[in-house]
Amino acid sequence: MRLMTYAKAINEAYIEAMRRDKNVIAYGLGIDDPKGVFGTTLGLKDKFGKDRVFDTPTSENAMTGVGIGASLNGIRPVMCHQRVDFFLLAMDQLVNNAAKWHYMFGGGLSVPITIRLIIGRGWGQGPTHSQSLQAWFAHIPGLKVVMPATAADAKGLLLSAIFDENPVIYLEHRWLHNLEGDVPAGDYRVPIGKAKCLKKGGDISIVSFSYMTIEALRAVELLEKAGISCELIDLRTIKPIDWKTIFCSVRKTGRLLVLDTGVMTCGIAGEIIASVCTECFGSLKHSPVRIASPDIPTPTSYAMTRNFYSGAGDIARKILEIFGKNTETEVCGIKRPPHHDVPGEWFKGPF
Amino acid sequence: MDTETNFIKKNPKTALELLRRMKKIRFTEEQIAEKYPEGRMRCPTHLCIGQEAVSAAVGLLLRRNDFALGTHRSHGAYLSKGGDLKKMLAEIYGKAAGCSKGRGGSMHLTDRSVSFMGSTSLVGGTIPVAVGLALSIKLRKTRQVSCVFFGDAAVEEGVFYESVNFAVLKKLPVLFICENNFYSVYSPLAVRQPKGREIYKMVRGFGCPSVRGDGNNAIEAYQKAGSAIERVRKGKGPVFFEFKTYRWREHCGPYYDNDIGYRAEEEFISWKKRDPVLLLQQKLLKESALTDSGVESMDKNILKEIKEAFEFAENSPFPSENEIGKNIYCGG
Repeated sequence: MRLMTYAKAINEAYIEAMRRDKNVIAYGLGIDDPKGVFGTTLGLKDKFGKDRVFDTPTSENAMTGVGIGASLNGIRPVMCHQRVDFFLLAMDQLVNNAAKWHYMFGGGLSVPITIRLIIGRGWGQGPTHSQSLQAWFAHIPGLKVVMPATAADAKGLLLSAIFDENPVIYLEHRWLHNLEGDVPAGDYRVPIGKAKCLKKGGDISIVSFSYMTIEALRAVELLEKAGISCELIDLRTIKPIDWKTIFCSVRKTGRLLVLDTGVMTCGIAGEIIASVCTECFGSLKHSPVRIASPDIPTPTSYAMTRNFYSGAGDIARKILEIFGKNTETEVCGIKRPPHHDVPGEWFKGPF
Repeated sequence: MDTETNFIKKNPKTALELLRRMKKIRFTEEQIAEKYPEGRMRCPTHLCIGQEAVSAAVGLLLRRNDFALGTHRSHGAYLSKGGDLKKMLAEIYGKAAGCSKGRGGSMHLTDRSVSFMGSTSLVGGTIPVAVGLALSIKLRKTRQVSCVFFGDAAVEEGVFYESVNFAVLKKLPVLFICENNFYSVYSPLAVRQPKGREIYKMVRGFGCPSVRGDGNNAIEAYQKAGSAIERVRKGKGPVFFEFKTYRWREHCGPYYDNDIGYRAEEEFISWKKRDPVLLLQQKLLKESALTDSGVESMDKNILKEIKEAFEFAENSPFPSENEIGKNIYCGG
């Protein structure tokens, strides 16, 4: 066992990639500061030098274009932003250039860039520090979007992203950084576009990704005791999506719950349900259901966010409803954490 | 800097090549304008007639492996960098043999064989890409230059400031070429930038050396850009150029538009009197670097090449419709 945190696993992926290929460079605001982007970039500058690892001006759009330009000449830039929200300033370069360059110039050039974006949650992150915008990126042909939930996938998908020939958006949830898992050593890669079945089951398929997978794991355990066998699919890649795995599972179970870290309207969960209804209609025993954030900007106040996010209890309750079971007696087994706005005692904010 | 007369005396071949490049751009675009109404070039097409001098000069100065990028109005930059004429026209006609295989049209040109890395249509969009290519040059320690062409509106974009700042900060080998033609579509400079501002002076405030030049004088542009390129190549950081010039025809499309009310006929006429192609030709004739029969044979050769390129573009096949889903991703 090589137990390490999700943040450390990201750090290991950087080191592995930069050792293997001198064309890999890493930059982003604060990449070499004392906090090292929540620990994910600590020590990189010492190991690989200031030409390959550097802090940048606060210029999200141009720095994305710089990455695109460098990548056209064989460099593999890995950029990072401490929150997704800041990156919205770079949508022009991402959408109009990075996503299009290969296609619109007839396939001659490619843009092998990786953009790490961190999704905030809790401790009053509020309206502009906690947006989960995977649907925006997945909407754009030419981009790949990954959202690892475990430490091993964090490493494996980052390595795959860096060595992919296309622009990859790598979304990591802030509440995952301290979670530990068994992480393979060396050049460990997880293929982009492949979901992973975390638990086999026969009664209902749960399709989940990123932090919601952690909540789902707790719910699945409790539901097992209530006699409901869940199949949990961790999507890992949002684009291109692994439809085969989803459809196979739904055809087997006949029921579907999709969990999304983003808001409900025009989200990934809606997209999955639409395709399942189209492709597996005859297999469905119950209408597909989704859990996502409400269509409301995230408020800051501790009091107002009490029920903003869904967790294991909500997942269990929803599934019990699908099976017509008494919800309140069964989910009382799930203890809510003492504070709803932190993932655990380790998280003391501020961001 | 030499006077035009001295320059022609010292470098007659270069001066002739400048004229030839300008004419190739001019005649190609005049032919596009003539044929556009046939309805076979079915994409937004922006002509640079009247503005040929800067791209001809810079294109001639850059080495084959120096990078260049452009804007929606890039036929001139592409051709002068050495881009293939047949492939450009085929692209405008939406053909499989086009430089972008029919995916990009007039606004999205590329020719990797001469390091023309791409032109795009979003204002200022290629500026940071050029800076990124310059970063790659620095990382790889090659002695190339990265050059980007853009217009006066691009300096109104945030990404322009961000890009110049980073290029100055890292002393990157970038040549910023601003062709100021006074209009962003139909919007004049007066509604876009404060009265009295000189773009090249503003850029000096960012710590980027800048030069202004007459964008209708190919020899001046050639000499000024030439010394800057050598400076950039030596690793002394970016240089910014502002060349004032004028687009004769409408923003997009083949026609003249002096009658629709956003600019005055007199303004156009005053610029047309300073036609960069004619000015250089007259100068060369005056200095006896060119004869009337020399003009005739130069024109004939260029027109022949253009005629053949149009025939190629018009007669070559369209891409197959089932190619539409290819190349969304590289490698699958």
